[in-house]
Amino acid sequence: MIAIVDYGAGNISSVKKALESLAADAEVTADPQVIAAATKLVVPGVGHFSRCASLNRLREPVLEAISAGKPFLGICVGMQWLFQGSTESPETPGAGLFAGECSRFHSVVKSPHVGWNQVELRSASRLLSGIADRTFVYYTHSYRAPVVGETTACTEYGGKFSAAVERDNVFGVQFHPEKSGPAGLRILENFCAL
Amino acid sequence: MLSKRIIACLDVDAGRVVKGVQFVNLRDAGDPAELARAHAEAGADEIVMLDITATSDERKTLIETVRRTARQIFVPFTVGGGIRTMEDAAHIFDCGADKVSINSAAIANPPLIEQIAGRFGSQAVVVAIDAKREDAAVNDAEVYIAGGRKRAGKKAVTWAREAEDRGAGEILLTSMDRDGTGSGFDCELTAAVAGAVSIPVIASGGAGSVQHFLEVFLKGKADAALAASIFHFDPSDSGPHAVGELKQALAGSGIPVRWPC
Repeated sequence: MIAIVDYGAGNISSVKKALESLAADAEVTADPQVIAAATKLVVPGVGHFSRCASLNRLREPVLEAISAGKPFLGICVGMQWLFQGSTESPETPGAGLFAGECSRFHSVVKSPHVGWNQVELRSASRLLSGIADRTFVYYTHSYRAPVVGETTACTEYGGKFSAAVERDNVFGVQFHPEKSGPAGLRILENFCAL
Repeated sequence: MLSKRIIACLDVDAGRVVKGVQFVNLRDAGDPAELARAHAEAGADEIVMLDITATSDERKTLIETVRRTARQIFVPFTVGGGIRTMEDAAHIFDCGADKVSINSAAIANPPLIEQIAGRFGSQAVVVAIDAKREDAAVNDAEVYIAGGRKRAGKKAVTWAREAEDRGAGEILLTSMDRDGTGSGFDCELTAAVAGAVSIPVIASGGAGSVQHFLEVFLKGKADAALAASIFHFDPSDSGPHAVGELKQALAGSGIPVRWPC
């Protein structure tokens, strides 16, 4: 069972629908026991990084699941949480699994970054398997994560940022695979198949 | 590169897709969920569903329609029409919509924008502006509410800026002068609004040909363009894959679009 971790950040139903369309067994939950019993975790999210304060209340069971090797997918703010924090809410710590801090787009581009933009593949990725370079995916965000060693794909928008990160069983995507048409469903399918 | 979006709009009345010319002469164009899915598969970047009557007894039909549609599409899905309160918006999100579009209610109660944005995020709030210029200068274009029946007493450009300040994530700008005419978007008005705000502006009203889309992206500075009737009633080929043909033509003219999808 895939636990979709509900920490009040919205967009939960879209992720659940998309996983269900792939015949995955997914359950929306904020219960540490259900999280512990899950075989995979998805942390979705849109909106403000301060919402991660409620995610931090589930920090222990989530990090335990990650340590146990269970596949973890963070989407949008769920991916940003994997970093050390965000200037959007400096008092809210991230999980710190990836180095660096999320920050706002430079004022040279319109913010939020809304719409379909392309991923530039950087390295082999289990999550992005079968996704062609320059595939369009759907974004909606004002803050973004830096490009780091674990960045498997980046996107250009007033400079490059991490579109996807991956290390062992930990995956994050800044875009919304549940809203990215066939390409997005393929990515979720890859995650389900891990 | 960030692409320009082509948005298919479904005007829904009592659970059926309809399309009128300047808000009258409604014609039946099919089942919303089926059409939404067909448009998404044909390459629409986003689906907008507007409940154009939104009377209380038809509200339940809409909710069911939204739920049914949301299950079938995996591109962004916006719902508007008759959303007056935070509870209305929450209900629409519950049914699987990604964004709500608010129009008359935002005029009547501007803090509603802040409330919805505060709880669901700015990306979930589209403020729809129906603007009528007639012969006036762009900055004097007037906002209309209640399905285009009432003057709101605000100028479109100023209201767009206020909506952004209050937390709107996007502006859906409809030219009432052009709506349903197929004579092209109001590029001048679109450019004025796009220049006044830093959030994306979706141009609507007047789409009739590929050339019109080219113009609204180049001259109108639109981030996205929305159309309804040309996707449902293209006389040469009444199918929704007209979206694909449009994107192919735009790509050929150098407009960044998501194509092939």
